[in-house]
Amino acid sequence: MQLGEKAGLKPSVPLRDVFGDALLALARENPQVVVLDGDLGNSTKAEKVRFEFPERFFNIGIAESNLVGVGAGLAACDLIPFIVSFSSFLLCNAYDQIRLSIAISNINAKVVGSHGGITLGKDGPTQMGIEDFALVGGFPTFAILVPSDPASMHKAVRAAAEHEGPVFLRSSRIAMPHIYPMDDCPFAIGKASVVRDGGDVAIVGSGMMVAAGLDAAAMLAADGIDARVIDLHTIRPMDVETLVTAARDTGALVCAEEHLLHGGMGSNVARVIAEYHAVPMRFVGLADTYVESADPADLLVKYHLTADDIVTAARAAVDAKR
Amino acid sequence: MTDFDAMREKARQIRLDILEMTTKAGSGHPSSSWSATDIAVALFFGGALRYRPDDPWWAERDRFIMSKGHAAPLLYAVLAHAGYFDRDELWTLREIDSPVQGHPIQGLMPGVEATTGSLGQGLSLGIGHIFGARLNNLDYRVWVLLGDGECEAGQIWEAAMAASHFNCHKLHAILDYNKYQETGPISREMALEPLVEKWRSFGWHVEEANGHDLEDLLAKIELVQMLEPTGQPSIIIAHTIKGKGVSFVEADFTFHGRALKPDQADKAREELNAAR
Repeated sequence: MQLGEKAGLKPSVPLRDVFGDALLALARENPQVVVLDGDLGNSTKAEKVRFEFPERFFNIGIAESNLVGVGAGLAACDLIPFIVSFSSFLLCNAYDQIRLSIAISNINAKVVGSHGGITLGKDGPTQMGIEDFALVGGFPTFAILVPSDPASMHKAVRAAAEHEGPVFLRSSRIAMPHIYPMDDCPFAIGKASVVRDGGDVAIVGSGMMVAAGLDAAAMLAADGIDARVIDLHTIRPMDVETLVTAARDTGALVCAEEHLLHGGMGSNVARVIAEYHAVPMRFVGLADTYVESADPADLLVKYHLTADDIVTAARAAVDAKR
Repeated sequence: MTDFDAMREKARQIRLDILEMTTKAGSGHPSSSWSATDIAVALFFGGALRYRPDDPWWAERDRFIMSKGHAAPLLYAVLAHAGYFDRDELWTLREIDSPVQGHPIQGLMPGVEATTGSLGQGLSLGIGHIFGARLNNLDYRVWVLLGDGECEAGQIWEAAMAASHFNCHKLHAILDYNKYQETGPISREMALEPLVEKWRSFGWHVEEANGHDLEDLLAKIELVQMLEPTGQPSIIIAHTIKGKGVSFVEADFTFHGRALKPDQADKAREELNAAR
């Protein structure tokens, strides 16, 4: 089944292509935007900026520590650096540099982790970013953005540039279908979007799991379960109000993310829900495991990140209410 | 005409302030600060560095990045003597609610350009400031004070490679080569030699200097600026003595990372006062 098919969502191009277009559009508008690449611009699609603005594009080579430091230096010169590479390489190679030079300094730098999640597929677990929410979560000054479709990617890139301070933005290789009209996406940092209303259970998704959540909601509707779907595109700052309202209105929550369950979006939502309005919760994400090289569709099935898995979790959450 | 006597006196006062700051705080890195004191004095008081203490973030200022962040007491003392803030701030080092943090935090005090303390990171920031100068059409220089131990970090060599690749000719490093790292002599713990050849092979112009001879330091600082048209970044490898200025600290590398006890501080104060 195609992602978003059950929900009737219109397919799109890979999200990384949308990211490249969004970054180029931003660079055209804002001369302060500079792009730092870790020799993966052809893969992250950041290179779209290189072709049009070569003077504002720096390939720092396969040296993520230096890449982050150079970007931080640019931020200190009132420029807006977008430091772009694979999520895993940036965060795991340059964690300390991001911590000192960006997070503790609390400067206006943007870190873009591409190829987030497992859906880069065949390149295997060494390249996958399945721990990025948890790792960036360790930097208290960072906003964490996870766009779920083309329109929200465009908005997120723009919002990252407008936000004064450190931002992490996850991009992905997989195509995410259109959830929002291109000209009408309500994206604002820290304000979750309710993309489907419902009163029996709330599905809180991030990234591609928002479309999967809408598919699941369509399947649950056939069984008479009315699911609300929330696009939690900002993991920090978290939209406590929308989440607590959902818990109050529906009495059951399912969190779904293309990330490790440990330290991921769901565990952060659970902290909020436990404190303000405890309800039964279930979690869809990666258990304590690395995955393997394979076609993304096969990986999603084997590692339980599909709409079917969300349906199962939602039924369990609804049953737990009784 | 450069007044070297006045600069030497400034260095002596700064060494005394480093002593008082770290003794009062009961911790800190006085010996690492003293080894680099004359280098910082040469830059700030020898006329090379362009800065405006009353406009600390002036866009055209030359940057001074303290990469060896544990020499924070030196950085703060030099900035205070240069007029960035009141000298009384120095005595709050490492105290609650004070911006005079144990290791430098970018922007927390005027003139503190970078957050450092995890070693090896300052040179990369310097490249970013050079790129910033190019994009903003400014022609300031960037001076990065490196420790020798931190040259064991891979990021230093990533940055060294990139600085020459991008022809960062206005990027100048000065290496405080005191030959000791935290746990012992560098030659014993993790040898850096041949250091001149390493930097040369990475595309840098290399000069060596006596890191406690202000005339020599300033001559080399002027020389590397004159050589900027070659397009290469430069490094001055300044040979220094860890703990310079206090005999019993010079003789004992284990003073790294600890303050002097009150009786030791009295003795150090006597020595530094006698050096006037």
